[in-house]
Parts: sequence; C-alpha cells; structure tokens
Amino acid sequence: MSQGNSQESKVQTTGHVWDGDLQELNNPLPAWWLWCFYATIIFSVVYWVAYPAWPLGKGFTTGVATITYKNDKGVEKTTHWNTRALLMKDLQDGREKQKPYFDKVAATPYEQIARNPELSNFVASAGKVLFADNCAACHMSGGQGKMAFAPNLTDDSWIYGGTHDKIQASITNGRHGIMPAKGGANLDEGEIESLANYVLSLSGEQMDAAKIKSGDELFHGKGVCFSCHGVDGKGNQDIGSANLTDKIWLWADVPAQNSAEKKVAAVKAVIASGLNKGVMPAWNSRLSADQIKLLTVYVHDVLGGGSQK
Amino acid sequence: MFDHGKVEKNLGLMLVLVLLAISIGGLIEIVPMFFIKGTVEDVKTPEGIKMVRPYSPLENRGRDIYIREGCYLCHSQMIRPFRDEAMRYGHYSLAAESQYDHPFQWGSKRTGPDLARVGKKYSNEWQVQHLIAPRSMVPESVMPNYPWLMQPLDTSDVAERMSVLRMTGVPYSSNQAEYDNNVKDFGAEVAKTLHIPDAQKNLIEQAQTGQFDGNPADVTEMDALVAYLQVLGTMVDFSKFDNDSFVKFR
Repeated sequence: MSQGNSQESKVQTTGHVWDGDLQELNNPLPAWWLWCFYATIIFSVVYWVAYPAWPLGKGFTTGVATITYKNDKGVEKTTHWNTRALLMKDLQDGREKQKPYFDKVAATPYEQIARNPELSNFVASAGKVLFADNCAACHMSGGQGKMAFAPNLTDDSWIYGGTHDKIQASITNGRHGIMPAKGGANLDEGEIESLANYVLSLSGEQMDAAKIKSGDELFHGKGVCFSCHGVDGKGNQDIGSANLTDKIWLWADVPAQNSAEKKVAAVKAVIASGLNKGVMPAWNSRLSADQIKLLTVYVHDVLGGGSQK
Repeated sequence: MFDHGKVEKNLGLMLVLVLLAISIGGLIEIVPMFFIKGTVEDVKTPEGIKMVRPYSPLENRGRDIYIREGCYLCHSQMIRPFRDEAMRYGHYSLAAESQYDHPFQWGSKRTGPDLARVGKKYSNEWQVQHLIAPRSMVPESVMPNYPWLMQPLDTSDVAERMSVLRMTGVPYSSNQAEYDNNVKDFGAEVAKTLHIPDAQKNLIEQAQTGQFDGNPADVTEMDALVAYLQVLGTMVDFSKFDNDSFVKFR
C-alpha cells in the first residue's frame, strides 16, 4: 500500500477521482517512442513529396522521384515512380545481365552450343527453369513423358523428329496428333483384332500366325494404315505417325499388360476409336524466340534424346 | 469545449464515432480510386472493340464451380508487377481483366501456382486429367482429387445467374437495345454469348463444340470449369501492345 502511495506521488493523474481515493494515472509516453513517432511523421512528408501519394480529382500527386527505362522496342522513357515502371526497369536490368548469353545462344549454330562449356552450362541451368515452368506439366520433370499422354523426350524415338529444327518447330507451333477411328463402319471387330495382332507382331511380339496374316492384308489394304504408318510400319515424322516396329508405346499401354489378350485389347482400343488427343500447345505466344531456342537445345542436348538427322 | 465524458457515457454516439474513425483509413485509400482516370485500363483493339469481355454462360458456370470448390483458397489470380512473377506467369494482371468478376478471384495465398494466365497453357485433356487426379500429372502435387466434376452440369439456372451479375453492372444483355450496345462494344460474335435469353442454348452449344471434357455428348461440370480455366488471362492480346503500354495508367 505504501508502495502504491509513493508511485502516486511521482506520476501525474488525469484528475478523475472515484470513491474518494481511486485515481487514474497519466504516465507520459517514453521519449524514445515519442521521437520515433515524430520521425515517422517527417518520413511521411518526405514520402508524399517523392512518390505518388494524394488523390486530386481525376489524378493524383505523382511525386518527384522518377524511373527511366527502355521498353522492348528500345525506346527510352522517363516517368514518375510507379511499380509498373519499376518492373520495366527490373526486366531491362535482368535482360541486360542475361543478354550476352542469350545473344551467344542466338548467334551460335545448334551443333556448336553443346561443345561450348560456358553456353551449355547456361542452357542447362536456364533451360531447367523454363522446362519446369512450361514443359514438365505433361512431359514430367525429367522429360520422361507419361504413358497415354505425352511422349518421352529422353529416348531416341521421335514422333515428329528429334533434330534441332524439328524440336524447335514442335515447341513453336505446337502439335496435334490425329488418327482416324477404324471401328464402327470401317472395320468389324474381327478385322480390328487381326490388325492389333499384326501391329503387335511388328515389334516382335509372338502373336497368332493366321491373324498376323489377315492383319497384314488389312494393314496394306482395306484399313489403309500404310498410308500414314508406311508400308514397313515405321511411321512418318513429317505427319507424326508413330513407328509401330519399335517397342515404344505412347497411346496403347502395351508394356503394362501381362498377357497377349490384354495387349491386343489395348491396341484394339486405339485402332477402333482413333486418336484426337496429344495436343501440344503452341508456345510462340508465351515464350520468346530466344527462350524457344534455349529450350530446343535443352531438350535435344541436356535431356539427351536429340538426333542429328 | 469537447468533453470525452459525453462520448463515454453515450453508447450510440461512441458507436458512430468509432465507425467513423476506423473507416477513415479505408475511405481515403479506396474512394479516390473510383474517380482517378486509368484505375481500370482501357483495353481495346485498333478497331475499338473491348478486349476484356464478360464470361460466356459456360465459363460463368465454371467460375461458380471454381468458387464452390474453393480453388481460390490455394490459387491466386493476380500476377503482381515483379520480375520473378513476370518470368514465371507472364504479364502482370490488369485491373481491366477482373472488371467483370463479382467477386474477384485475386486470392491471397499461393499453395498452388497463380492461375491468372493459365488459359491455353495446357491442353483441355491435361486439365481434365489433372483435375480428376492431380498426382497422375504432377507427382509432387498436394492438390486434392476432384473426380466428381465429371457429373452433369445443372444448366437450368444459368440465365438467372447472369441476371444477378447484370444487376452488379456486368453488361449481359436482356433486351434488343442492350444487345445492340454489346455488338458495338464487343463485336457480334461475343454479343451473342452475352444475351441472357439465349444463355442455356449458348451454354450447351459451347460445351458440345468445345471438347472440354473430351465427350461432346453430355454437359458436365468439368466442361464448365475447363472452359473457364482456358479463358483465364487470354482475353487481352498483349502481342498487340508494347511491353510498357500499361505503365501510363499508373
């Protein structure tokens, strides 16, 4: 009680008194706090002068701070400070730092990029980020692809061609694979069964000899499969028809099937209903020509499946 | 002289004054935006057609499903003007691009990536597969599965939904005069999709021709959601502008 009394004597009160002796103390703000508060007020005035701050009718005070940047046409502009102009400056600075590398990638023929350690390091690190942001969603993060969805980019088999030029064309303009349905009015159940047996035999599966023979005739005759997949079934990269003679499957999940019947069923499903999927978007509206070239080298050389011819 | 005892002893007066005090900060920051020219950018083609249009009936239903499933809890739709976001997601979001969004889907948290420009980035087939089973496409994903989206879409109330949006200022047309106005603003093709009396017909037509869920025969919630996702961030054709064209609005 005596302690309370001694405190009472040192500290100001608000002058309110209840029940005779209950008083409200009025401690002054600590000096350090008060000075910090004054400093924030001074800071706000400086801020108002420097940056966009007060609304004025249809406009606002733009402040005296400016930003000078170059836009993508190379035109230099100076404007009052704002986040959009700041971004232009950041993009420009970033571009200028990367420019020597991108210029070198753009100026170096494809075959020589892989031989230049500095450039191939740049492609490997910048390409990895681009690939993860844009390609990995379908082709998976390592480029291994996904059965019945997107092709493997790391093997030697290419649907539309694995040269630098072909890869660049695929990325730039996208791809859309179409195979007409052979079921329904075209071929009956037995004929599709025979075709499936023949197609599986092309990649070395042991199938029923009689069905292979009739499938062979259908492939080169009534089914007109040869017109896209070629007389030898090796496909045509110009139109993106698959090579049927290797053991690589994209749309029919043959490797996962453990019996001949199931393998036939998987191939039959594709022949009967055809394909109108396998859509790869065109990236030219989203990525710059520099970035597409870099990705092309990444897919061809870093993922390692690229072919020379 | 002002006596605070009066305020302390009068609850009604205190309530009014407290509301006034806490709304000052918001009012002076928000209200001027309604008057400052260029808050919502004017984005037009050289022919004077507005690039940002209201959603078609199907996209609109997709947006409702996006909200129903709580997509906004993990996905933002707001690319901020920072270099890292520009490199990953594309051009920063314009105010104009969400001018017909009620409520807007800017979001405030990114557990998943920003979706403001996800439109046309992936194929319809990818979107369908990914919504049904995200980990089948992205093994490290933590997104839940949404297999029930393949259920039929209730299309019966789409006209009412659009009428409500019309009350909030979205220019869906309900009569000939408004329709003609939309033709002038958005072009004839788009104006047709904004006409409320034809909403259900337009919705079914877009779902069947669009191949969103891979099955043209029936109209599913997947059709609507994929149609919505595929239009996000694609209305403004930035190739028609210099990369700094929208700086002048700030």
